[in-house]
Amino acid sequence: MSLSDSRPLDPWRWIGVPTLLCIGASILFAIPVRIHGYQLPEPIFPLVPAFAWAMIRPSILAPFMLFGMGLFLDLLWYTPTGFWGVSILLGYALVMFFRSMMTGQSRVVLWSWFAAMVLLAMMTGYVITILDTGRPPSVMATFWQFLPTILLFPFAHRLIDRFDDADVRFR
Amino acid sequence: MSFRDGPFNDLKVPLTWTAAVAVVVAVVVGIALLLSDRRETLQTAAYGVGRKMFDVADKPVAGVLSAPSRWTRIASEYVGDYLFAAAENHKLRQQVAELKQWRDLAVALQDTNRRYQAVLGLKTEPPIPMVTGRVVLDSRGPFANTRLADVGAEKGVRVGNPVMSDRGLVGRVVGTSNGASRVLLLTDVASRTPVLVARTDARAILLGDGGSNPRLGYLRGQDPVHDGDRILTSGDGGVFPRGLPVGVAAKGLDGQWRVRLDADLTAIDFIRVLEFQDFTASVNETQLEKSALPPLPPGTVVQPPPSSSSPASSVPASSAPMPEAAKGKTKPAKPKGGGFAAKLASLFPGSKPKPAAAKPAPIAAAPSAAPASSAPAKPSVPATSAPAKVTAKRATAHPPKPPRPDAEPPL
Repeated sequence: MSLSDSRPLDPWRWIGVPTLLCIGASILFAIPVRIHGYQLPEPIFPLVPAFAWAMIRPSILAPFMLFGMGLFLDLLWYTPTGFWGVSILLGYALVMFFRSMMTGQSRVVLWSWFAAMVLLAMMTGYVITILDTGRPPSVMATFWQFLPTILLFPFAHRLIDRFDDADVRFR
Repeated sequence: MSFRDGPFNDLKVPLTWTAAVAVVVAVVVGIALLLSDRRETLQTAAYGVGRKMFDVADKPVAGVLSAPSRWTRIASEYVGDYLFAAAENHKLRQQVAELKQWRDLAVALQDTNRRYQAVLGLKTEPPIPMVTGRVVLDSRGPFANTRLADVGAEKGVRVGNPVMSDRGLVGRVVGTSNGASRVLLLTDVASRTPVLVARTDARAILLGDGGSNPRLGYLRGQDPVHDGDRILTSGDGGVFPRGLPVGVAAKGLDGQWRVRLDADLTAIDFIRVLEFQDFTASVNETQLEKSALPPLPPGTVVQPPPSSSSPASSVPASSAPMPEAAKGKTKPAKPKGGGFAAKLASLFPGSKPKPAAAKPAPIAAAPSAAPASSAPAKPSVPATSAPAKVTAKRATAHPPKPPRPDAEPPL
């Protein structure tokens, strides 16, 4: 085992870079493009690092970075301020709470956990929207955001694979 | 031990618990921000400085990112035009032949319409200036449907301005900054748009729900809408001008009436902002409340309340014309057939006028109006009391209907 493996993770590598990638991807998927009359999907990219960061190791910095990304989405998409921050953090809290159950599970099981986390985050958003506007959003429209988001799981899995063994204290 | 020696170096806290505390703190901050947010009010002040600064910073980035897609579309259209020029030319010739007939008809109708307006003295709405802009960002999830356009306050765009594509209504401006403006789409879950069905003139509210086809809510009347009916803005409330095309009615899978938006049929990168100002924004509510009703013309005879009615219900109705009665005491009016009472009598043919009211004399002379006649006469200021104003307003908003034959006489 090399000495670098036993060092704590470099926050820039496992938190900073994924954050920037999520912000860039969110802006990229928000450009007004139509291909054969169909618009681009609008997945919730910050849920990918939210799942991976909770799996890799507990962190003080990660919740605040997720909250910052949530605020960014609120400004980008014009949702109420704090809307995505709360939704993403509740998903992150779910994964962190059941982290010990997920560790060492197969890819399919982890994918299911990821779908559950996305569902919780979107249900939180659904309830907040009802409380905010007094009307429920379209279930179909919610599903069409849920589907592309859970398809992003391979990126979360790759992030977990990349940094899961980097901190020996949390193996 | 001094602080320089690092008394916290040996302090060990469990990282899992500390991370949990961090999550809780962040969630609490998020909930506080949510509670303080006023997005749903759709007011100018609700679009805070943070959102304005973000829009200003994000506009050039999004503009650069969206440029390749725009160029690709232009290039594909150019290639398509080149390849299908002959077929397009043939189709356009047919359309021109058809449109010439429509043009002749439009000219004739325009002339007829102009004469009708002149005869009726109809006040038509002035033309609305427009600003054309380009969409650089588009959010289309279930919880928010907005677009960021590259025209802002420097071009005169204001909060509340309607936004159209070249086909139909897109939404309205909910936030402006220097060089950018945020457009709330008709499909947003916070969007409510007063519309009408062009065929039946039935009013409804277009309710966005995050889907592509907003719902028609609060429909009134028997069978007010059919499949394929044109939906236009009604202009109710003054937010939108009347008659802007919205879309076509269609029955949704859930059995509710929905609208296929015209704006979905076209490219979404260009918009037109109508610099239409919500007239309710220029209304001074306080001034409106202070303004009194105009005095009734001289000679107006008001029918007193029938004695059989309950006194409590007759007081507000009779309080309105009392000052006019006092005014009539100072200047007796000549009997006229077309007064207020005559109009009332024509509206309520089933009611029998009282003998006192049938006389052309002013009501102040009648004994039943003694309390009112004791009030000082102020010809210039019709001192209508608050209940009287309310009664008059209601009478204006809802004209009385002819009663049924078996109905009791009106008060």
